[in-house]
Amino acid sequence: MDFFFHVGRYFSFLGRVFSKTERKKIFFRNVFQEIGTLGVNSVGLVIIMSIFMGAIITLQMVYNLTSPFLPVFLIGLGNRELLILEFSSTILSLLLAGKIGSNITSEIGSMRVTEQIDSLEIMGINSAEYLIFPKIIAILFIFPFLYILSVFFGLVGGLVVGTSFGAISPTDYINGLQHSFIPYHFSFSIIKMLFYGFLIATIPSYYGYYVKGGAFDIGKASMSAVVNTDILILVFDLILTQILFK
Amino acid sequence: MIRVENLYKSFDNKTVLKNISVEFERGKTNLVIGRSGSGKTVLLKSIVGLFEVDRGNIYYDQRNFVKMKPKERKNLRKEMGMVFQGGALFDSLTVEQNVGFQLKLFTNKTKQEIAERVSFCLDRVKINKEFFKSFSSEISGGMQKRVAIARAIVLEPRYLFCDEPNSGLDPETSLVIDNLIHEITLDLNMTTIINTHDMNSVMSIGEKVFFIRDGKLQWEGTKDEIMKADDKHLQNFVFANNMYKKYR
Ligand SMILES: Nc1ncnc2c1ncn2[C@@H]1O[C@H](COP(=O)(O)OP(=O)(O)OP(=O)(O)O)[C@@H](O)[C@H]1O
Ligand SMILES: [Mg+2]
Repeated sequence: MDFFFHVGRYFSFLGRVFSKTERKKIFFRNVFQEIGTLGVNSVGLVIIMSIFMGAIITLQMVYNLTSPFLPVFLIGLGNRELLILEFSSTILSLLLAGKIGSNITSEIGSMRVTEQIDSLEIMGINSAEYLIFPKIIAILFIFPFLYILSVFFGLVGGLVVGTSFGAISPTDYINGLQHSFIPYHFSFSIIKMLFYGFLIATIPSYYGYYVKGGAFDIGKASMSAVVNTDILILVFDLILTQILFK
Repeated sequence: MIRVENLYKSFDNKTVLKNISVEFERGKTNLVIGRSGSGKTVLLKSIVGLFEVDRGNIYYDQRNFVKMKPKERKNLRKEMGMVFQGGALFDSLTVEQNVGFQLKLFTNKTKQEIAERVSFCLDRVKINKEFFKSFSSEISGGMQKRVAIARAIVLEPRYLFCDEPNSGLDPETSLVIDNLIHEITLDLNMTTIINTHDMNSVMSIGEKVFFIRDGKLQWEGTKDEIMKADDKHLQNFVFANNMYKKYR
């Protein structure tokens, strides 16, 4: 029952978010602001995360996949494919859902409980559209960049750690990176990132927008928002992989 | 003029407003009084449409708000100003930006004109220039209330709603705020509704007073009539403070 209630309300909420704006003037300013708070502020985390992901994948390959029967370029290739297909998109988005999602829910939620959302409504402003639409645009804009950044630093992480531990030579690694590259895998993940970005922008907004109560409830809402966003990201990963690879 | 007809409002089987019919006059400060939890805030929020009512009609000068489409409501809302019980300033904006927010959004005024209007409004609520650039978390609760009033009147609304505008203010500032709201109401010929449980406000600006008890309209009259009223519950409310007994 609860599930259907939330789904129904989520879609009617989206309906309000996507109704037409009359205030083009400050819309772009709001989008730029959101790109700053949601996107640019995540760059550091994305870089650190990705270096470690790439490094760990490479080490695991080196220690578990090397045998006289397997060519050594598999290590670079394996790292590249794992990053491009899943780690830099899905795993990264799960992490960003935590960071960006909890930020959005608590921001919108505290605006709700302190009646700031009511204030907007009283001024004749569609609060859902005003607050959330710029976030969606900002996240959809920034997510492909974060993905590319993540792939790049993941590969660098693999190179640095793999070679400095003496596990693989730079030439072998780079040969592996260039081996049988399929551009479609890249576009596939960019498409996934757009779906994930939409989920990360809208689900936490929804939870924040309908918060009732106070600080305690905002905390609970943030938690539900992140958990549900994570689950949906995984569900979408499954569905999109099925659709786009068949 | 705002007329409320047979208004009902409940939250999950708990009826908060029971058959309320009142008329709030233009150019007057209409006070809604009642004990904490009697339903004042719910009434105000129902009138402005933040709560959907279960039953009843609300007329803004002949225009039935309950029957309006969202678009029409949005337009009518541009004629409203509201001061919330907690101030509800936008905490991401400075004092100045809070007051100028609607000017920037809804008018074609230049930066200079906006700044002038903002400083005029803030001046009326006695906010010093040095606080113009502060954020709402950096000013006192009473100041937040006053900034909220400035924000509510910046577009010269036809209808002004204040939910306990002077709770949390010292007696002197309360009086200033009461008189200010009264003055603006006359100046702009607004229909003003004020929720309060402060008898001082009732005695100074209660041109029309409505006493709500348990979600029902128990009594209505003027500040002069209130002292002589026979209603037992109203007397308990009014004379809770012994000081007012001498008026009787
Ligand atoms: N959103 C809501 N959901 C459920 N019940 C509510 C809601 N808002 C108010 N109520 C109930 O309605 C009743 C009236 O509340 P209201 O806030 O109108 O009181 P009030 O007269 O404004 O009191 P105060 O002077 O303390 O502000 C209370 O019993 C409250 O529990
Ligand atoms: Mg109240």
